[in-house]
Amino acid sequence: MIDMVRSYVLLALTWIRAAAQYPVSMALLLIGSFVVTALDIAAIAVVFVHTGTLGGFTLPEVMFLYGTAGMSFALADLLFGNVDKLSQHVRTGAFDAMLIRPVSPFVQMAVDRFTFQRFGRTAQAATVLGIALTRLHVPWERAWMIPLMVICGVVLFTSLWTLGGALQFLLTDAPEVANAFTYGGGQLTQYPLSVYGSDLVRAVTFIVPLAFVNWQPGLFVLDRPDPLGLPYWLRFLAPVAALTLACLAAFAWRAGLRRYRSTGS
Amino acid sequence: MIELEGVGRSFTVRRKAGRLRRDTHVVHAVRDLSFEVTAGEFVGYLGPNGAGKSTTIKMLTGILSPTTGRIRVAGLDPSRRRTALARRIGVVFGQRTMLWWDLPLKDSFTLIRHLYKVDPVRHRNRLAELCDVLDLGGFLDKPVRQLSLGQRMRGDIAAALLHDPAVLVLDEPTIGLDVVSKAAVRGFLRRLNAERGTTVLLTTHDLGDIERLCRRVMLIDHGSLAFDGTVEELRATAPDETSIEDVVTRLYTRAVQS
Repeated sequence: MIDMVRSYVLLALTWIRAAAQYPVSMALLLIGSFVVTALDIAAIAVVFVHTGTLGGFTLPEVMFLYGTAGMSFALADLLFGNVDKLSQHVRTGAFDAMLIRPVSPFVQMAVDRFTFQRFGRTAQAATVLGIALTRLHVPWERAWMIPLMVICGVVLFTSLWTLGGALQFLLTDAPEVANAFTYGGGQLTQYPLSVYGSDLVRAVTFIVPLAFVNWQPGLFVLDRPDPLGLPYWLRFLAPVAALTLACLAAFAWRAGLRRYRSTGS
Repeated sequence: MIELEGVGRSFTVRRKAGRLRRDTHVVHAVRDLSFEVTAGEFVGYLGPNGAGKSTTIKMLTGILSPTTGRIRVAGLDPSRRRTALARRIGVVFGQRTMLWWDLPLKDSFTLIRHLYKVDPVRHRNRLAELCDVLDLGGFLDKPVRQLSLGQRMRGDIAAALLHDPAVLVLDEPTIGLDVVSKAAVRGFLRRLNAERGTTVLLTTHDLGDIERLCRRVMLIDHGSLAFDGTVEELRATAPDETSIEDVVTRLYTRAVQS
């Protein structure tokens, strides 16, 4: 485990050094990703120009939900978002190269072409979360949940990406299947789940546990009753959901690796 | 150093047979393959396209796991102990680079030192030595993508040997190289085997590699061994043929007919 972190940092530093040879391009990409994601929050602001609440939540509350989900998604994307490029690596043969090095291919894939530009999104989400928190005045007995929920969210999104990657061992021709859950999940969690239909909310609570990224723990932080009347204890279940999905993802990844068939030549 | 016992690898291939129907059939890339390579040997692994050479190499390096049989390389089961094995063997694929495409060669080497946890002093000495004999000095600062094929291949070979492995496995290391680069690579491999006692297994289509380098030749066809012996014994299978090309052509076509 420590070894994996060490290799990750080493590879990341090498990639950053390689990218830093073009500083202007690096800066522009960083600013670009900050601006593009900032448009997201502009869209939410436009909605609130016309209405005081969204799904029963005020603007700072929506910003809080957006910020925590955004942080989780951006951090997971920053650290492990590349894992879903598996089929590309398989096709070019780069995956074979990863397999003959004494480092986990998962780490090598996650860190491949690591760039700072992905920090733009994290910075934007952190800004939104910061603004929301200054206006919400969450007391300490509920605020402890915030870092925990962000970490659980990172684990949940990473697990989804890993599952998507593992799926590509079988379906090398359909790498986009998993995007519905990862990028789709990232978009879905930007709004309070109460704006969606109750069947969808139940599905993302019990099947693909996206509701534990920000919705259930968020209800606890905001001290709100569940609009769907789901049990109160669900709010503390984010670590359980994250761990379960992570185990499932690790298992799928290993199973996929065993079935790996490489390419010709 | 390398032991194979009854090793087989099959692939299930699905083919479109109708709008939705898929026919599945099993392809045996390698079947019931057994051989042993002892420490210090230099072995050539021959076979026509699609005979199972690369599949064997991939099983030896742990990239693919065999469907049946038992493999030991440097005392380890490759598919189960892939990462441990990676520290003990060097692998070169002639068709694709194992280096980082966008990084300067120098950075690739530094990275390899860290990933393989090679002691800095030993690494420096080994790198200087490899730079010298493989003549890498002129392009150490260039990104790998800008290197010529000959330069890249020498870089790849250096990268595979930086951690001083006991076994070196090469899949078509001289493919596409001009005569000068070819001679450089061959000379280097011969000295590596003679001076350091590194066990070398290489696949090739270039019979010049076999004649100039290998004491032992194995020929695989349709997934199983068709010949295993010295180069002289290989020639003796067809005494009336003059060139080694003709001898091997005869072996390939004979194996197809039977």
